[in-house]
Amino acid sequence: MVKLVAKSPAAGLVPVEAGGCRLTEIAPEAITWVSPFAGQSDTLSKALSDAVGVAMPGPNETQVSERARAIWVARDQALVMGPAFSFEGAAIADQSDAWTVLSLEGEGAIEVLARLTPVDLRAAVFPVNQTARTLIGHMTTSLTRTGESSWEIMVFRSMALTAVHELTRAMRGVEARAALA
Amino acid sequence: MRIEGKGLVDRSAPVRFSFDGQTIGGFTGDTVASALLANGRRLMGRSFKYHRPRGVMTAGSDEPSALITTGTGANQRPNERATVQEIFDGLDVRSQNAWPSLKWDVMEVNDLLSPFLAAGFYYKTFMWPRAFWETVYEPFIRRAAGLGRLSGENVEDRSERAFAHCDLLVIGGGPAGLMAALTAARAGADVILAEESALFGGRLLSETTEIDGHPGQAWAEAVRVELSQMPNVRLMSRTTITGAYDQGTYGALERVGLHTPECDAPPECFWRIAAKRAILACGAIERSIAFPMNDRPGVMLASAVRTYLNRFGVSPGKSVAIYGNNDDAHRTAADLSAAGVSVAAVIDSRSDASTTGNWPFFAGADVIDTRGRLGLNQITIRDQSVERKIAADCLAVSGGWNPALHLTCHMNARPEWKVNLAAFVPRPGAVPGLTAIGAANGTFSTGACMEAGARAAADGLAELGMTEPEMTIPQADDTPYAISPKWAVDAKGRAWLDLQNDVTTKDIKLAAQENYRSVEHMKRYTTQGMATDQGKGSNVTALAILADATGRAIPETGTTTFRPPYVPVTLSALGAGAKGAGFAPQRFTTSHKASTSRGAPMIEAGLWYRPSYHPATGETTWRESCDREVGYVRGAVGVCDVSTLGKIDIQGPDAGAFLDFVYTNTFSTLKPGRVRYGLMLREDGHVMDDGTTARFSDTHFVMTTTTAAAGQVMKHLDFVHQCLRPEQDVRFTSVTEQWAQFAVAGPRARDLLDAFLDTPVDDVDWPFMSCGPVTVSGIDARLFRISFSGERGYELAVPARYGDSLYRFLVAQAEALGGGAYGMEALNVLRIEKGFITHSEIHGRVTAFDVGMDGMMSKKKDFVGKSAAAHPGLLGPEREQLVGIRPVAPEERLLAGAHIFAENAPKKRDNSEGYMTSVAWSPTFGSYLGLGFIANGRARHGEQMRMVDHLRKVETVIEIADPMSFDPEGGRMRG
Repeated sequence: MVKLVAKSPAAGLVPVEAGGCRLTEIAPEAITWVSPFAGQSDTLSKALSDAVGVAMPGPNETQVSERARAIWVARDQALVMGPAFSFEGAAIADQSDAWTVLSLEGEGAIEVLARLTPVDLRAAVFPVNQTARTLIGHMTTSLTRTGESSWEIMVFRSMALTAVHELTRAMRGVEARAALA
Repeated sequence: MRIEGKGLVDRSAPVRFSFDGQTIGGFTGDTVASALLANGRRLMGRSFKYHRPRGVMTAGSDEPSALITTGTGANQRPNERATVQEIFDGLDVRSQNAWPSLKWDVMEVNDLLSPFLAAGFYYKTFMWPRAFWETVYEPFIRRAAGLGRLSGENVEDRSERAFAHCDLLVIGGGPAGLMAALTAARAGADVILAEESALFGGRLLSETTEIDGHPGQAWAEAVRVELSQMPNVRLMSRTTITGAYDQGTYGALERVGLHTPECDAPPECFWRIAAKRAILACGAIERSIAFPMNDRPGVMLASAVRTYLNRFGVSPGKSVAIYGNNDDAHRTAADLSAAGVSVAAVIDSRSDASTTGNWPFFAGADVIDTRGRLGLNQITIRDQSVERKIAADCLAVSGGWNPALHLTCHMNARPEWKVNLAAFVPRPGAVPGLTAIGAANGTFSTGACMEAGARAAADGLAELGMTEPEMTIPQADDTPYAISPKWAVDAKGRAWLDLQNDVTTKDIKLAAQENYRSVEHMKRYTTQGMATDQGKGSNVTALAILADATGRAIPETGTTTFRPPYVPVTLSALGAGAKGAGFAPQRFTTSHKASTSRGAPMIEAGLWYRPSYHPATGETTWRESCDREVGYVRGAVGVCDVSTLGKIDIQGPDAGAFLDFVYTNTFSTLKPGRVRYGLMLREDGHVMDDGTTARFSDTHFVMTTTTAAAGQVMKHLDFVHQCLRPEQDVRFTSVTEQWAQFAVAGPRARDLLDAFLDTPVDDVDWPFMSCGPVTVSGIDARLFRISFSGERGYELAVPARYGDSLYRFLVAQAEALGGGAYGMEALNVLRIEKGFITHSEIHGRVTAFDVGMDGMMSKKKDFVGKSAAAHPGLLGPEREQLVGIRPVAPEERLLAGAHIFAENAPKKRDNSEGYMTSVAWSPTFGSYLGLGFIANGRARHGEQMRMVDHLRKVETVIEIADPMSFDPEGGRMRG
């Protein structure tokens, strides 16, 4: 019998450090896509709360508990990061391997992201725990503010190299500018 | 020459740079133009057409004449403006459009030929022979009349693009803009202040204006310091707003590293700024007067002379004459005189003008000629019909000010003519959310500009629901602007308008005479305003002359259309980061490294990369590798990564009903654990995509799409669910990336699987078109028994993290069984042998009927595209139908894209009866094989025809056949 070896999407590509921030990969325990069937929104939200301590997030929200985070990704759809979750009244799909999950942290992070995403990142507009489906360069992404100067960037697994390439280029640009001043 | 004690350049920081190989000294803060003038160099370039010697005309981005090239090789930047480029140690500057040198330019001969080279000359002269235009005339004209040249090397992709957001964008950092930014910033609004130059202050840096009794420059600096310490303010110097777009979006070009020696910093950054409100305070642009020989080095705008004097501490001449039609011109004389520069004369075209200074003064007089081959040494004036010659090495000209209102016209508004200013001003509300103030709005006194800045900011704050702060407007000069229009001087000789394109008043009159009376036609005929400066200084004057020549008023004549960008923008800034790996996202499968390590050339399938074939030792052509890989599948077992196919997880009580509606055939009757092939139509009745859909439970399906159409199908499903079947309780999401999926195909496919699956598969539980969960060394996986090759085939899917590992095991085991990995080339051969379609066949113009699948269009239910597919003309013998194609002589080539003709018909377009879509060399049959579409093709199997490729000059006699060549009974596949 063979032993299959697991590999993370950004293995060998990160960490990268430049421009006052650090890019690393996050490996959630599981990523579960949930979408309630007709009339099941409230029961799903309750089931999620009971199981992992987070409610179903509204548009552009993330719900955070000690055990899990639920990230809004589309109308009536969320990705639950944390323990695997199942519920009869909702469509559920394991997406643990579908995403490259990156963390960008540091003073310069907002400047780096401003080079790649058209979204307004100012704290008043995009506070902590807010999320957006937007672009990173040419890639669709799920972008979440996880802290004052920390962000989570999710792109398709297959695009890990491009995502790291784009972010690294932006980080180096920010660093070179800082050196000018 | 440098004037001691004047200017804002850093005298303690000397800089040396090179101009045409000669070392020139200057100071930090100088531009190339100010440093050259400080060194007494007035000649800076040659004009576009006549190669006339030219100097600097302005001190800003509106410069038409002093164009230079900086850098070398990939970093060479032609057509930079000497008035914008700041100097630094080691900067390499070269003049343009002159050979062998700036002083001795052989093409100057064009100037003597100018009577023959007037506007439109090439339309008239180079008419025949027609073929000469591209081969002889155009290359010659381009060589003779060019600007700076590109190096021909690929520019290094070092610039940046970025986004910014704010409550208020203030465009221009002069007195009006600073006041507006300060007001809004003190109220707590997020402010971006964009200033084109390196320093904030605008005209305050160029004039001797006082504010609250102190130098204006000190006030500007104090405001800059206050703003720079506020967290809600972003100061952007060296940044030009280039365009106004929908919904408060503005384009901006920032010069980031162009003022420093080679470093890692990006040369430029192209910004997209989204602003809730914007204030345009970018000032006004001075214009010249069209008098004969007004283009010599040494003739420049009066405002530029004051900028060089007051900002850079440079006098452009030792003895300066001043010519103007407005009071502003007189400031120039006062400033020069106070700095100890000799004022040769002040000539004011207004007969009622007076002067206060102690210099030769001529009211009601005009300049009618100038002298000096490479630089001005004398002017001739006409003073009450008396001609006087005056020695001067610089002539400062002011024909009045044109508000820099370009951005207000970017959304198609036209400006308004203001008679008392003899200028166009912006139309209020021209760009939603943008207010023009200060000189950009025709308010020319410093005091009024500052007041307008504070007021506009307060209005903007009120609109944003913010409270305006208490502001005190500083005291400053409030003298009204007085002007009497003077466009051209009536005297003999060529009077230039557009200096870069060598357009004269005569050319405008010629255009009018030849009936190019519309200002837009005049522009194209004469090339007025089509140079790199886009006629910033000359357009209004040109249209005033056109108005005169056509007997119309100026407002009636109108302006040409101002379009973005306001200043030239390099493509390397606009497209920054989008070269090479940044061009488009690259999608890699989990087996990518395993494939490339086998030397497989990768081909692009949409954004994905897939192996074409895997060369083995001794193979010299791709065909050898491909034939071998086909042999694996037909003879033993092959392995191929098929993860790129779209996989859509569909769940819900109505999942079956939903699929019935999007597919032509029925899925609600499919049993769990089974797979069915499905065909999907667009609403217009043509085929959108095909693929297999597996049913895992009553409420759970997994749909497969083609690689190329995965996104389109997902979008289609969303549309159908949200708009056509919102009542259906179904949910779906893409799981393409979750699973690494591998095709295992060939007579020994089951042997290979059994080596990995925890429970071996048998044909009773796993018949053709079955699916279900399996485990691979304890890991949950999915198995599908489907075939795209015509052989016994399975697809095994594991969570993507295990993809790389599983693929390597599968290939190793396949090799042990006499097979191995196969790529896209072999996959294509296999499916052509089997007559299976891809998007080469379902290319968007074919119907289910055309591909022989009309039987799959259910009569019992409705589905997307059903009624359209039944339209007359979409079914019947006149349709081109899918057929198999074989050459009569097996070795004769078939070519995709070739057309098909009846054997004896002339091979002309109108006789084409069809075309080839896919071709392959089939090692299985020892023949070329193809698929294609032929009119009434299904009724013509066995007919002999002719394939003709007119491009590649290949003709092959072919026979029409059934699309399926290999194992038509399907025994091998069903096993």
